[in-house]
This record gives sequence, C-alpha cells and structure tokens, in this order.
Amino acid sequence: MRTEAAALEFEPPYLHPAYRATVLRAPRAPLIRLPEEWFHRTPGPAFGRIPVRESDADLTRQHRGEPLGERIIVSGRVLDSDGRPVRETLVEVWQANAAGRYIDPVDQHPAPLDPNFTGAGRCVTDAQGEFRFVTVKPGAYPWRNTENGWRPAHIHFSVFGSQLDSRLITQMYFPGDPLIPLDPILGSVGERGRGLLTCRFDLGTTRPEWALGYRWDIVLRGRASTPRDV
Amino acid sequence: MAERSAPTPSQTVGPFFGFALPFPGDADAGGVAPLRIEGRVFDGAGAAVPDAILEIWHGDAFARSATDATGRYRVSISKPRATPGPNGITAAPHLDVSVFARGLLRHLATRIYFPDEGQANAADPALARVDPARQATLVARPEGEALRFDIHLQGASETVFFAL
Repeated sequence: MRTEAAALEFEPPYLHPAYRATVLRAPRAPLIRLPEEWFHRTPGPAFGRIPVRESDADLTRQHRGEPLGERIIVSGRVLDSDGRPVRETLVEVWQANAAGRYIDPVDQHPAPLDPNFTGAGRCVTDAQGEFRFVTVKPGAYPWRNTENGWRPAHIHFSVFGSQLDSRLITQMYFPGDPLIPLDPILGSVGERGRGLLTCRFDLGTTRPEWALGYRWDIVLRGRASTPRDV
Repeated sequence: MAERSAPTPSQTVGPFFGFALPFPGDADAGGVAPLRIEGRVFDGAGAAVPDAILEIWHGDAFARSATDATGRYRVSISKPRATPGPNGITAAPHLDVSVFARGLLRHLATRIYFPDEGQANAADPALARVDPARQATLVARPEGEALRFDIHLQGASETVFFAL
C-alpha cells in the first residue's frame, strides 16, 4: 500500500542561502519530472566491484595503534520506505578524527592529525538490514560559511539501496550537541529532519567497560527487493 | 503492515570525501572496449567545481570519479544498449549520472545520451519531456578518442537535471 509521500518529505532544498555554497551550485531551472515507474524505480547503481572486508567496519583497527578519542559503536538498520530491511547493501562512512581534523589534504584546520586514524570505513548490511561500525567520536570543526561557524560532530554516510532513487549520501549527528541548532546544513531539513539525522544513545549497544553505543536507522526511498518465497 | 517511515533526508557530501570515496579503480567500470567519458563541472559563475563526485552507470556497469582542481572527471565504461521504455517505447541508450558536491544538499540526477544515436534520441521518452532548446545539454560530444560531457550546475547553459 502506498500512501501520499508528500507529508513525509524532509529533503533539503537545493538553494539554501544560509549555506553559502548552495548559491552558485543550486540549479535554477525547474527539474524535469519523469514517471516514477520508469525512472525512480529502475535499478540503482551496482556497487559490486567495491571490495569490502569485515575489518573495514572497525575504524579503530586500521593502523598499528589505536586512535585517540572516545571509542564508540554506531549501529542501526537500513530500511525501505515500508519499514522492511534493505539487505546486502553497501554502507560507506567517513569522518573527522577526535580533534575535528579530516585526513583529507583539503582540510586545513590546525588541529592534529592522528597517525592511527584514517576515518573511512565500509560494510554490507546483513539479512536484517543491520550495519555496525566501531570508531571514535568525531570532533567539531570550524568552517568559513559564517564568522565563527562550527560544524557539529557528524559522521558522513553513503548508502546505495536497490533502486535509482534509493541512493543516499547524508550525515549523522549526535544527541545533545550544542552546535546542532546553529548549523545551516542541518538547518536545511527543518526540525523534524534534524531528528531523523540524529542518532540516539543506546545502553543496549554500549559494551561494558569498552565503548558507548549509538543507534541510528536509515530509511531509503523505494521498496527493497523481496525474495520470491516471502 | 509495516508503518511507513519518512525517508532519511540527504545532506551534502561536503568537501572532505576524497580520502574515502571513490576507491582506487572506481573510475574504470571495466567491460569490453570501454568508452572514455570526460568533462568538467562548473558552477553558476562558470568556475570549476573541484569538489564534486560523479557516479555514472547503466545495468551492472558502475564508475565513479571525483573532479580534480580544474573540475575535470574521467571514467571508462561500456556503451549501454537501447532499453525497453514505457508502453512499448524504446529508450535511447543512455548513462545515468548522479552528481554530488559540496554545496549540493541533495545530489542531482542527469543522463548522458550519445551523439551517434540521433534517431533513437529523437524517439526517447525522457528527452521528449525536455525543452528542445535544452536537450543538447544531455548529449555528449565527440572529442578525440573520448566523449565530452560537461555539467553546468547553474546558469545560461545549465544542464538538465531530473527530479529525484
């Protein structure tokens, strides 16, 4: 059963002047709408050539030593818009280190790099649509969008899903971050959208005497392909 | 019946994805006699966009390339065939393209059509929905051994994008 989707939309607009980089990059001509059945619902990009090892999901074990910072577990489910698990789909993550610095050479923030942290990971969801990463909590960092502007701590997520309009790149934020109400990127999705992009602390995911746990579910557009015997 | 949930909203890929996406080799989708497609991405002031990442695919072939300091991307991919479209109409061969960049809160969707498929392009049901004056923004042009496909995010020669 498909219900009217419009009331459930919290997508950001392309043009959002508070985020200055949108001003010269948002298209101005109206986007062309194609029928859903032969555009949005066609198969999405195949990512099968991207190699994934089990160890890629642990960002704290990619170097000789452990990275500095607060070790955390981030897990959740990838669901389709009917709430069914999206199985065996690629989830990619990347983030700043605990000091708020990306290893990317483009990042010039004068905070220390961590020789034991790259900040990129990936995994494939299991039969229940579950993903799980071990990492360190990323730090906030400054950006020049506004005077004294700072990005709230976040982890970037890339998820493929099964059809053309399932493809999603987004950011996950942490509860209680005082920068959240000030952030123009997160502000582009409204209050309800902010809630959808904020993970929750979860004692059940927390591993005793080792790491705090957070849960965050990702809902993709479209319907997961269902095995014929279901 | 599962409760219908709001899709997770999109957020920009940001400027710092280069160390995480794409992976080495991602620009080459493999296949026999791959096409080379290259081009540049520009903003509304005509400046190169050095922090975009493009995903280009058809069927099982998938390539992705980040733009360099001059806004240039390059991929190798096999040429798609014509595919069945709606109501028995045949869709002209095309590649699907997703454009992600700093400053794009949500990615953009466009298509690459081929310059040597004039007849198929003329009958294509998606191109038919595009203002004829703007259709050329969706057709690659030959350039040496490669095909050239530039993307203008905004402005007088703005590329046609499809609503997601």
